[in-house]
Amino acid sequence: MNVLPIKLPDVGEGVTEAELVEWHVEVGQTVLEDDVIAAVMTDKATVEIPSLYEGKVVERNGEVGDLLAIGTALVRIETAADGVEDKPDPKPEQAAKPIPASTEKPSPSETTGARDRGAELEPPASPPGAARPPRAEGAPVLASPAVRARARQAGIDLRRVPGSGPAGRIKNDDLDAFIAQGPVPASSPARGKRQGVEEIKVVGMRRKIAERMALANDRIPHITVVEEADVSALEDLRAKMNEGRGDKPKLTVLPLISAALCRALVDHPQMNAHYDDDAGIVHRHAPVHIGIATMTDAGLTVPVLRHAEALGPFSAAAEIARLSQAARDGAAKRDELTGSTITITSLGPLGAIATTPIINHPEVAILGVNKMEIRPHWDGNGFVPRKKMNLSASFDHRVIDGWDAAVFVQKMKTLLETPALIFVEG
Amino acid sequence: MDTKHCQVLIIGAGPGGYVCGIRAGQLGLDTIVLEESRPGGTCLNVGCIPSKALIHAADEFHRIAHGGRIGITAGQAKIDLVKTQDWKDGIVSGLTKGVEGLLKRAQTQLIRGRAQILDGKTVLAETPDGPLRITCDNLVVATGSRPTELPVVPFGKDVISSTEVLSLAELPNRLAIIGGGYIGLEIGTALAKLGTDVTIIEAAGRVLPQYDAALTKPVAARLREFGVTLHLGGKAKGRTKTGALVVEADGKDVTVTADKIMVTVGRAPNTRGFGLESLGLTMAGPHISVDEFCATSMRKVFAIGDVTGDPMLAHRAMAQGVVVAEHIAGQSSKWDKRAIPAVCFTDPEIVVVGDLPNEGNASTVFPFAANGRAMTMDRTDGFVRAVYDPRSELVLGLQAVGAGVSELAGEFGLAIEMCATLRDIADTIHAHPTLGETVQEVAHMGLGHALHI
Repeated sequence: MNVLPIKLPDVGEGVTEAELVEWHVEVGQTVLEDDVIAAVMTDKATVEIPSLYEGKVVERNGEVGDLLAIGTALVRIETAADGVEDKPDPKPEQAAKPIPASTEKPSPSETTGARDRGAELEPPASPPGAARPPRAEGAPVLASPAVRARARQAGIDLRRVPGSGPAGRIKNDDLDAFIAQGPVPASSPARGKRQGVEEIKVVGMRRKIAERMALANDRIPHITVVEEADVSALEDLRAKMNEGRGDKPKLTVLPLISAALCRALVDHPQMNAHYDDDAGIVHRHAPVHIGIATMTDAGLTVPVLRHAEALGPFSAAAEIARLSQAARDGAAKRDELTGSTITITSLGPLGAIATTPIINHPEVAILGVNKMEIRPHWDGNGFVPRKKMNLSASFDHRVIDGWDAAVFVQKMKTLLETPALIFVEG
Repeated sequence: MDTKHCQVLIIGAGPGGYVCGIRAGQLGLDTIVLEESRPGGTCLNVGCIPSKALIHAADEFHRIAHGGRIGITAGQAKIDLVKTQDWKDGIVSGLTKGVEGLLKRAQTQLIRGRAQILDGKTVLAETPDGPLRITCDNLVVATGSRPTELPVVPFGKDVISSTEVLSLAELPNRLAIIGGGYIGLEIGTALAKLGTDVTIIEAAGRVLPQYDAALTKPVAARLREFGVTLHLGGKAKGRTKTGALVVEADGKDVTVTADKIMVTVGRAPNTRGFGLESLGLTMAGPHISVDEFCATSMRKVFAIGDVTGDPMLAHRAMAQGVVVAEHIAGQSSKWDKRAIPAVCFTDPEIVVVGDLPNEGNASTVFPFAANGRAMTMDRTDGFVRAVYDPRSELVLGLQAVGAGVSELAGEFGLAIEMCATLRDIADTIHAHPTLGETVQEVAHMGLGHALHI
């Protein structure tokens, strides 16, 4: 019998450490070759680590949430297999298969553990019997007419009163006990005071998001400019472009905004940049790689529309659709999730009137797109209904002045209101 | 024009309206009940009470004519229907006068007149003394229902509703009844016992289709004994030139000749012709939609009784009337009944309270053939049935079919409303010798240890 380690393999180019997000085995558990022993998370992808041997887990290193260096022994396995302690790490292509980030869930034991701790913090205030709902949802409430009348007079919903009589019948005594018990028991479905605290570990994707948001917000003094744009003409254009497309994918408004952004950046190249604040250098990028902030089940990700400046509206639309689907499925590749030079964030119909977007560090600008709606517009004679939309754009105030920010936003407004300008060479 | 104001104005003095009026008066509410005809509604005047009088007369007649089995013979039984009607009218007028007295004692005003609703709180009453404008804080619509007409056989000289049949001065030789529901069967049975040749046409596959076949089977058997012809699955199509009724049954047309045709195919709520439509109340089909306080979609406008839908039963209307009066008086009452009993005064009678047997419950049946009292009454047909939850033994429904079982409705209702279990009923001493012993027995049976079978 040998005791052999399973080391954290190299899970991606340039990755030196990965976060342990889930254990699939316990110490003492027997595993087969290729059984998943743990899941780790790198920059954007979750990777399952398989066992290389058949045998019994004798040691487990690290807890969920720990950052582990590549090469760390995750577990040691007592096995009949041949092998040496320093067996070379398997190639990631063979050893590790990425799984969709969206399937990532805390293990059941972890959740129960958290709940138990929460319960210890604050024991239920009422006796255990009263804390349970008195009967199944929708089950009939059994009480004699006299008891029902008393309950009505006392303003008590009998559905909340446990019945101790035969077949769960609520007796007069049950009603007395319920009244004497005073205000609503802990777990009553209606307006009860609740007790307990649930601990939710901030791990994996959520931790990454937290770190990046904190970094951006700590380092970057944001200035946010909100402006209204009349997008009626843009919407008319979009409708025209979609006419006769048949089954082929239709344009959404986002590709047109991307196109407008690319056009605006021709005149305002300082917005399409990375600010390396440690080195004190601004890198202005010639290509426009637009990050598209996308909500997935696991949280916010930012797939990148590469070389947006070279894409026509329909090819941009197809690429955005592909990227966001890949991001939602957790199937986006690493290079599809990195390298953006400027970011667009849009919540669609939930897009509110204005937002204060946080810059995707180390970029220097982010364009927030608020919801489109019909608003009254004064045309000099009267109010007319127009399709309008607000833009909420944030800028790194260290390298972008308020004036420039305002001019840039005005440029975006002009482009969106007169969409023909988008397609005029700069 | 004279005007009046009151806290509660009730349109209709049927069982719902007059009970609401009495209760509201008892609670000190200034109340007016408006009635275009005699108080008591369909129930007292042309429904429950007169039909039961007629049924009783028919039973007595039939007993005299068929007493031979227990050693009684009498001369040829004869009935003077005019006298019977006088006797019945005496009961009805006694009861309607009684209602007037009860309203008076509760200090509720009964005003004779037809109502025209002007708005949700104003009603114009066409009284014998001229128009009267009544404004109110609360309006209660209790306008009841009327027999549904069949378009292919419209009401006329010889096509009549139950109302006319109940006041016939002469027995028809042949009566065709369209509709084998409880009204058709009750009256049909009574007239058959008195000697009329009765034919019943029912569209469903059996009489009383809303109940299960087991309950209705003893009734169907008895109808055949009385020589009643049943056309089940039959549909009235119209009439021939000579006036015979054309009935389609089993894909064939049959003609039924009759002196009178009684149409009892249901009852329609009275919601039109008195300005109710102008309120734009939320309706539930043809009925007025009400909540657990019998409140309609308009503030302080209530509806009770047949206008609020099925089951169209007097005792339901009465219970609703009490809920509304107490609710208006600020009490906490609401409609939270577990069951509304239903009784068919057929022969044998049927009483149904609560759930019928289905896949989700269990049931047991105890026959009257094993009951001493039933034997002494020479009526051992029928049974008592308990429907219960097999896990908790909670009684979900109680039904019976048998002679005189209508009087068990009270015990059945009480058991359901008190949420009795089989054990509660089994452990209650039921007097011997009574039909009610079967209720205790059926509970024992459900618990697995019937004593007398």
